[in-house]
Amino acid sequence: MATALRRLGRRMAVPFFRVREFSASTSVLQNEQSGKSMNLYTAINHALHIALETDPRAYVFGEDVGFGGVFRCTTGLADRFGKSRVFNTPLCEQGIVGFGIGLAAMGNRAIAEIQFADYIFPAFDQIVNEAAKFRYRSGNQFNCGGLTVRAPYGAVGHGGHYHSQSPEAFFCHVPGIKVVIPRSPKQAKGLLLSCIRDPNPIVFFEPKWLYRLAVEEVPEDDYMLPLSEAEVIREGSDITLVGWGAQLSVMEQACVDADKDGISCELIDLKTLIPWDKETVEASVKKTGRLLISHEAPVTGGFGAEISASIVERCFLRLEAPVARVCGLDTPFPLVFEPFYMPTKNKILDAIKATVNY
Amino acid sequence: MWSARSKAIGDYVKRCVCSNGRFMAGLVDHRSNPFGSSLASGVAETSRHALPFPCNMAAPFLVRRFESTLAGKQLELLHAGDADDDQALDFPGGKVTYTPEMKFIWENYVKRVPCYRVLDENGDQIMGSNFKEMSKEVALKMYNDMVTLQFMDTIFYEAQRQGRISFYMTTIGEEAINIASAAALNDDDLVLPQYREPGVLLWRGFTLQDFANQCFGNKDDGGKGRQMPVHYGSKKHNYLTVSSPIATQLPQAAGIAYSLKMDKQDACVVAFIGDGGTSEGDFHAGLNFAAVMEAPVIFICRNNGWAISTHISEQFRSDGIVVKGQAYGIRSIRVDGSDALAVYTAIHTAREMAVSEQRPVLVETLAYRIGHHSTSDDSTKYRPLDEIEYWKMARNPVNRFRGWIEKKGWWSEKEESELRISIKKQVLQAIQVAERTEKPPIAELFSDVYDQPPDNLREQETELRETINKYPQDYPSGFPF
Ligand SMILES: Cc1ncc(C[n+]2csc(CCOP(=O)(O)OP(=O)(O)O)c2C)c(N)n1
Ligand SMILES: [Mg+2]
Repeated sequence: MATALRRLGRRMAVPFFRVREFSASTSVLQNEQSGKSMNLYTAINHALHIALETDPRAYVFGEDVGFGGVFRCTTGLADRFGKSRVFNTPLCEQGIVGFGIGLAAMGNRAIAEIQFADYIFPAFDQIVNEAAKFRYRSGNQFNCGGLTVRAPYGAVGHGGHYHSQSPEAFFCHVPGIKVVIPRSPKQAKGLLLSCIRDPNPIVFFEPKWLYRLAVEEVPEDDYMLPLSEAEVIREGSDITLVGWGAQLSVMEQACVDADKDGISCELIDLKTLIPWDKETVEASVKKTGRLLISHEAPVTGGFGAEISASIVERCFLRLEAPVARVCGLDTPFPLVFEPFYMPTKNKILDAIKATVNY
Repeated sequence: MWSARSKAIGDYVKRCVCSNGRFMAGLVDHRSNPFGSSLASGVAETSRHALPFPCNMAAPFLVRRFESTLAGKQLELLHAGDADDDQALDFPGGKVTYTPEMKFIWENYVKRVPCYRVLDENGDQIMGSNFKEMSKEVALKMYNDMVTLQFMDTIFYEAQRQGRISFYMTTIGEEAINIASAAALNDDDLVLPQYREPGVLLWRGFTLQDFANQCFGNKDDGGKGRQMPVHYGSKKHNYLTVSSPIATQLPQAAGIAYSLKMDKQDACVVAFIGDGGTSEGDFHAGLNFAAVMEAPVIFICRNNGWAISTHISEQFRSDGIVVKGQAYGIRSIRVDGSDALAVYTAIHTAREMAVSEQRPVLVETLAYRIGHHSTSDDSTKYRPLDEIEYWKMARNPVNRFRGWIEKKGWWSEKEESELRISIKKQVLQAIQVAERTEKPPIAELFSDVYDQPPDNLREQETELRETINKYPQDYPSGFPF
């Protein structure tokens, strides 16, 4: 187990396809109704099946979704629901999102896939200037709340510049859209269904590293997990760690190791980055007096900066150390240097110790 | 009714234009009339006589189409007769003639734009085909490079399967486009690739070792190991580095070409794009900028039928790409991409036009993507095996060109087998060397983000070095410290 954990911290050494239990969430799941063991892409696929089944005005579309998508998330959907509801689009992200806004504006649920988060930028204008302001600029006469944009994000071990990025912070700077990132299969299914049914446009980033890697029991029925509610996935008293998506598993390893050194860590999954659950983080930091944020995206201007500033505002007198950030480097995402770029378990562990011993 | 109204608008516009001379001077292009003929030859035509109503706009449009191109042609002649300068609308951009007929330009076509070819499937020259003569030396280098490309693809692909490199994309089926286009260009023409054009680099002297170094991301990779395999680039070979985001290179190509134009260089830019890539907004931007700026760019669209799993029928509803050129005011041609001689001739001519007339040209090549999209793809999930097989066997561009050089007496079975043995050895040798070569030094993680590393990067480098010293087990070996 220890070697497996160390390997995980290193990421690079873990084959993409190795099946892994997500301990933080399996423990949560223990006392709930039994489900089916599935990986993250299958959980997404289940959510999409349910979304299409429960709403005849739901559509799924994007590049190559017809045959199941390059990550297999849309497998079987076109066969089951027909090509007029599940379809390939031309290779054009601005078209995909713009089309989705139009569909959503007519009261449909538009579930658009961007093949990689790295390719969301041609659609940036449609998301930032259009989807985000559709309601506000019309005095709420129009809205495109039925729009959900799904995109795989983050490191994967061999993605280089354009198959690895974590662009969440760009979208967190945009009033009018929500940004949601799940950490595990069960979370992915419940959060995605909430996003699809939420009356606001949402960008949903899926940790592609975990598509096959993360496996847990996922309820087979239709369920939703609340947006803008963070979750304490590990309780502790000495320091609060905040993260989201794939990075949580790395942070959890650091918590386990810190525990061996007698440091008790509280780990929070933010889940919804905007609008985020400040109360849960604030309550935790008021208890522990210390905060560490970790994300894969470059540290400068990352969403960790926003969390840090907000918590300093709210908890200044309770903080016993500066807020720590363990994040990606301020470089483009580099192929062969990926292990050096990443916010690894040991980088986090060092920062935990430095913060506690400040 | 409609024509009367049009005339009224025309008169109104005329008045506005006349009262504002500057408006006119700025916008009217006297050299060409892009509104000239609205009827592309072969476009199905609506019969003027078939309209069941005189001009009642509210009535349903019950139109009949002529099924033959001949009918369309006849109509074109009729319309030519209609042209009456007095009755023309003097609109910015050139005069537009009036027509009393309420007719739409039809969206579909009776006959697809034909595809220029020189060689048939066996490599026999088609009677009456015109092409640019090529020397034996050029022909043999072309053949040599096409075969090299095939070996490189087979062996690198296999290396990826064995986990030695992380990713790979083959060019199988598009060897002729790669090599023949490169052969028709000058080496100082700047190339902006999509990603399935490594043959251009090969032609220009990028070595097998260079290719292998990039794919292994070692210290001798010009890109310093930062990008995924097949993202080649070489300043020395005037080949800009591949960028994964599709179509971004097209507007850039127009900018580079405009610079060449300003510097009065005897060179042009060549930008490659796939059929899928033409759907991106940047495709439109690139072609339109090049046309408006009169930039010497050759856009080579490799229409290979597929964009990953997306068939061209889901990508566009036009007759491919070639017809889009005219809409932008760009001269265009469709070429058989499995015919090296046709590609060579078309690109050679396109280059002459681009450089001497300072204008963009669009070349659509038709050749099938025989390989999977990449090593991450299994194309048998979405396309029939016999389709792949047909293109691989019956329409193979390398075999076809070999047929031609053999018939010329320039090539023999003996030379063929010698070539194969030698290339295979070279490719295997290159990957062995690349695999043994150490990775780029850690410092290269931080260099080139800017011209000089700012303070944040210097600090991050120092911290990283401390972390590596403390936790060497977290990091792969082979990176000079
Ligand atoms: C902006 C952007 N969106 C999506 C992708 C993912 N992608 C990579 S290649 C490709 C298909 C390209 O097809 P085509 O242009 O026909 O080129 P071909 O692979 O057939 O040579 C897609 C969708 C990308 N690289 N960039
Ligand atoms: Mg293609």
